[in-house]
Amino acid sequence: MENILAFIQNNIQIIYIVVLSVFLGIEVIGRVPAVLHTPLMSGANAIHGVVIIGAIIVMGKVEPGNYISLIIGFLAVVLGTLNVVGGFVVTDRMLEMFKKKK
Amino acid sequence: MGFNLLTLFYLIGSVTFIMGLKMLSHPETARKGNLLAAFGMILSIFGTIFLYEDNGTPLHNYPWIFGALMIGTLAGVMAAKKVKMTAMPEMVSLFNGMGGACAALISIVEFRHITAPFSLPGWHVLLSNNDSAGLYIPIMLGLIIGSISFAGSMIAWGKLNGRINDLSFKGQQAFNIVLFLAMLLVSGYLIGWLDSANYLLFYVVFIAAIVYGVLFVLPIGGADMPVVISLLNSFTGVAAACAGFLYHNQVMLTGGILVGAAGTLLTTLMCRAMNRSLWNVLIGSFGGNTAIAGAAGVAGSYKEISITDAAVVMAYAHKVIIVPGYGLAVAQAQHTCHELELLLQEKGVEVTYAIHPVAGRMPGHMNVLLAEADVSYDKLLEMEVANEQFRSTDVVLILGANDVVNPAAKTDPASPIYGMPILEVEQAKTIIVNKRSMKPGYAGIENALFFQPKTSMLFGDAKAALQKLVAEIKNL
Repeated sequence: MENILAFIQNNIQIIYIVVLSVFLGIEVIGRVPAVLHTPLMSGANAIHGVVIIGAIIVMGKVEPGNYISLIIGFLAVVLGTLNVVGGFVVTDRMLEMFKKKK
Repeated sequence: MGFNLLTLFYLIGSVTFIMGLKMLSHPETARKGNLLAAFGMILSIFGTIFLYEDNGTPLHNYPWIFGALMIGTLAGVMAAKKVKMTAMPEMVSLFNGMGGACAALISIVEFRHITAPFSLPGWHVLLSNNDSAGLYIPIMLGLIIGSISFAGSMIAWGKLNGRINDLSFKGQQAFNIVLFLAMLLVSGYLIGWLDSANYLLFYVVFIAAIVYGVLFVLPIGGADMPVVISLLNSFTGVAAACAGFLYHNQVMLTGGILVGAAGTLLTTLMCRAMNRSLWNVLIGSFGGNTAIAGAAGVAGSYKEISITDAAVVMAYAHKVIIVPGYGLAVAQAQHTCHELELLLQEKGVEVTYAIHPVAGRMPGHMNVLLAEADVSYDKLLEMEVANEQFRSTDVVLILGANDVVNPAAKTDPASPIYGMPILEVEQAKTIIVNKRSMKPGYAGIENALFFQPKTSMLFGDAKAALQKLVAEIKNL
């Protein structure tokens, strides 16, 4: 119990961010029309590509001689970039076709 | 100074993600929203590369970082530009898997660091803040969730492009639950007793999570893949947030949690469109077997219609509604379909499209597809509107749709799709169904609609059939 309370105390700002973001995430797409479900999913997919920042930090901190970590980190950055770049480009391609209509 | 500037960049990044998501949910602003979020992402990425400091030391290994960024960008752009509109859902699944794998790999590297704190100076600083749980928990969670998301997305990708078939074995559900609990137990043990624990257990958890991800998605039917992808999408969001927790990085936290929450809501919205609960989609996967058994009741004779007859019926109708489905997407027939629509309109026929919310392989799939072919927005009727119109419709042309027009959803409580709202096409005067064969649809059930007296079948690939129809109508 003591530990749990200490954990909450130590990370209180993060916990606030998490709780508020949960509500925000639900509210912000609350009334999305069915037409936009696929692009929205794709856009959200690109946004969670933000995980790449973690990969970059990992990479940038690895000691130059630590090849195993370097290789794993390298792979992580490549995959993260794929997620971000591919995600945004695919979403844009989908939405491009919508735009011509109006 | 630089590091403080980075916090500002992260703040801007977080705001662009929130606004981007908001704008993505409105048709007029969607594209700008996507670009805005992309801008925030670029700012956060380059800010991190150049401004991030770890206890005062900037990042290094720039050649590696830029090399990886270049490879990822090139491959990402090429894949995203080359993919056909029909394969969009697969692509999203694939990219989602990459994100999940990225999160899992981060956890692996970080674990390697904390288990060797003294050989790598600088790292034990993190450990000495008496908040080891704050470090181990996100590492384990990121590993598990990221791996499940990666493995699951890969299976979903394979299923959508037809490389992987549904597979389930006896007791799979129980096995999955045991596997999941074992994973949690071992993780708990690692978190609590890391000092004395065997580090190999970490990799056992990693492999168990991969296996779990595979087994979790394997038995779920292809028709439910959109729901699964959306769910895995929110998983990856949470995995990203775990990594954000690890680095106390606000932009990763907000981005990840936003997607986690929005993705979960989107998943439930999709389930609701099929009138099923998420639980039912995930656990009810075994319905696939009973579904085929339930089909025995529906059999009988169907009648075929020739291209010429179909052309005449449609050209002299007052009102035609086209119901597109996955068959249209597979055949890439959206342009020919639009051509048919224009041609009929010239002849004075009123043509609209009835869009079932889950037609195709993803909600909104049909809208995206028809938009590509320049079909005007106001021609697309949502299900409720379309259902009011069928009564006064002369011809309904069904192009490769099946389950979304199956009356069993309304009449047969034993049917696995019972309760799903459908397009009530049987109210129209004539129904023409274009399919490649009499094979049942994705849910694996027979469709009584095809055996009704006013239904006629027009067999063949949607594109070929539509081309012939167009040619035939031109000659009338």
